[in-house]
Amino acid sequence: MIRVEHVSKTFYVPQEVKALDDVSCEIDKGEVVVIIGPSGSGKSTLLRCLNRLEFADSGHIYIDGIDVLSPRTDINKLRAEVGMVFQSFNLFPHKTVLENITLAQLVVRKRKKEEAVEKAMFLLEKVGIPEKADAYPDQLSGGQQQRVAIARALAMDPKIMLFDEPTSALDPEMIGEVLDVMKTLAREGMTMVVVTHEMGFAREVADRVIFMDHGKIVEEGTPEHFFTNPIHERTKLFLSQIL
Amino acid sequence: MGAQGGCKNLKMTANKAKKHSYPHYYLWICVFWGVIALGIIVLYVSTLKIEYVWRWYRVPQYFLYKASIEIRSDIDGDVKSIKSEGGQIIVKIEGPSGSETYKVKGKGDVRVSEGDHVFTGDVIATYQKWKPGILLYGLYTTLKVSIIGIIFGIIIGLVAGLARISENPAFKWWSIIYIEIIRGSPLLVQIFIWYFVLGTLINTILAREGLQQLPPLYYGIASLAFFAGAYVAEIVRAGIQSIHRGQMEAARSLGMSYAQAMRYVILPQAFRRILPPLAGQFISLIKDSSLLGIIAIRELTKATREVVTTSLQPFELWFVCALLYLILTFGLSMLMQYLERRMIVS
Ligand SMILES: Nc1ncnc2c1ncn2[C@@H]1O[C@H](COP(=O)(O)OP(=O)(O)OP(=O)(O)O)[C@@H](O)[C@H]1O
Ligand SMILES: [Mg+2]
Repeated sequence: MIRVEHVSKTFYVPQEVKALDDVSCEIDKGEVVVIIGPSGSGKSTLLRCLNRLEFADSGHIYIDGIDVLSPRTDINKLRAEVGMVFQSFNLFPHKTVLENITLAQLVVRKRKKEEAVEKAMFLLEKVGIPEKADAYPDQLSGGQQQRVAIARALAMDPKIMLFDEPTSALDPEMIGEVLDVMKTLAREGMTMVVVTHEMGFAREVADRVIFMDHGKIVEEGTPEHFFTNPIHERTKLFLSQIL
Repeated sequence: MGAQGGCKNLKMTANKAKKHSYPHYYLWICVFWGVIALGIIVLYVSTLKIEYVWRWYRVPQYFLYKASIEIRSDIDGDVKSIKSEGGQIIVKIEGPSGSETYKVKGKGDVRVSEGDHVFTGDVIATYQKWKPGILLYGLYTTLKVSIIGIIFGIIIGLVAGLARISENPAFKWWSIIYIEIIRGSPLLVQIFIWYFVLGTLINTILAREGLQQLPPLYYGIASLAFFAGAYVAEIVRAGIQSIHRGQMEAARSLGMSYAQAMRYVILPQAFRRILPPLAGQFISLIKDSSLLGIIAIRELTKATREVVTTSLQPFELWFVCALLYLILTFGLSMLMQYLERRMIVS
């Protein structure tokens, strides 16, 4: 489903940082992959390269056989198939919850109004806050906002969902409600790539865990492998710090 | 913007008045009014010294005046009847080549009586009518050029502002050059260029093609629009850049194109932040439009100058002129505050 081949990305401003250094990996359909690693290790950059929010300097990325980095690829069409959930929610503050979820359906998917609203209500039901349809984002708690953001991404019927630390900006008591939505999604067979520090989630839901450091994939394997006998020193060190 | 700040200050002094916390508060209030009164007295006394006679009563006629309007006969004939009917006087004239009726409104003064013979062009009646004076026309022209100027200025500014933040090098550099040229040269010179250079070019070409020439008003409005456009472009750019980049990323990640993201996500949010500085720009434009008098556009300042030369009452008229600008600008900033408050509520 996703194939990443020798991808590198360097930032030059404010200083030269090799955010991704010859990264290769493959993610199958229906797989839930959790990416962990210390801050600045390139997790977000990898995720953002997948839907070309960041343009990789070199290498190849294929999603469903489509070459993401080719200038001939219709990037908007591709992005509609790849949902993304951000750490800071990024809901549209001037639109109601319902409008947040219908906007892209209307302008990108060209759905009819009723169809888009029906879909939005269905998804709000799914993430557990149908009563907030007419509220504005700043009237919601962080956990509710993030669930709306997930519903917004799901409204496009994506084949893949990318999550970049979806619970890092939340108060502890709200983390559970967002993780529950993600678990349901995983159970339904969604292909998911999740950057998170929630090791409980990784252990319970992930099919595979990838550990990154300094722009490289250091180690990958099943959660059991990871949490019981990691091979690399750096992985051990990181896990000892975080667990 | 300036008036807004002033208003806040006033509110602050009002708060202080309740607390009287400032030492010798009432003394300073007296000083405040005293100095203003002193200024007015000094001005008045010095005008007396040069034997200037204040004639405020001469000012209103330049706003509204009673014009005497004559109704003239279009035919030769005899006055058949003069009837008063529903507040009007109806004069009927019958001649060899047909008949004609004239209605005289209100307290008209009929100059003929029944049986009189009238020739074509004879005055049948006169009546008085209120007509706007030259200052009111000037005010209207000032408002008109400013409003049309700011509307086109906003359109130009939106395009230039979007081009300015575009990654396309051609759009970006055109925009930068435009903004820098406009902001780096005096408006007066720009008006001259629009009128004497571009105006001459365009009008000469139009004349060659046998088309009608454009009046100075067009060039005046163009100069204001392009002038305001450069400032609006910077306002738009700043407004767009003040929106968190996560908004653009979220919109793009959903598959929206750059244009769709701008239109549905970024610009509506930026608009709220753009509106106050935009109103400030409009207020400056109203004041800047006073320069258009030099290319024979009779806006408020030019109108005042003309009235001064006929009335020989420069002191009153220039104060009135300033006051009229103040009413426009202050009224506008009050309106903006009201709109802003409403937007915060909604
Ligand atoms: N837009 C950017 N411009 C410049 N440098 C960047 C940019 N984005 C990321 N970087 C740098 O690239 C490196 C990798 O960043 P990245 O955000 O991928 O790390 P991360 O693993 O997601 O870290 P975190 O856990 O803090 O989110 C960091 O050193 C970061 O400073
Ligand atoms: Mg990150």
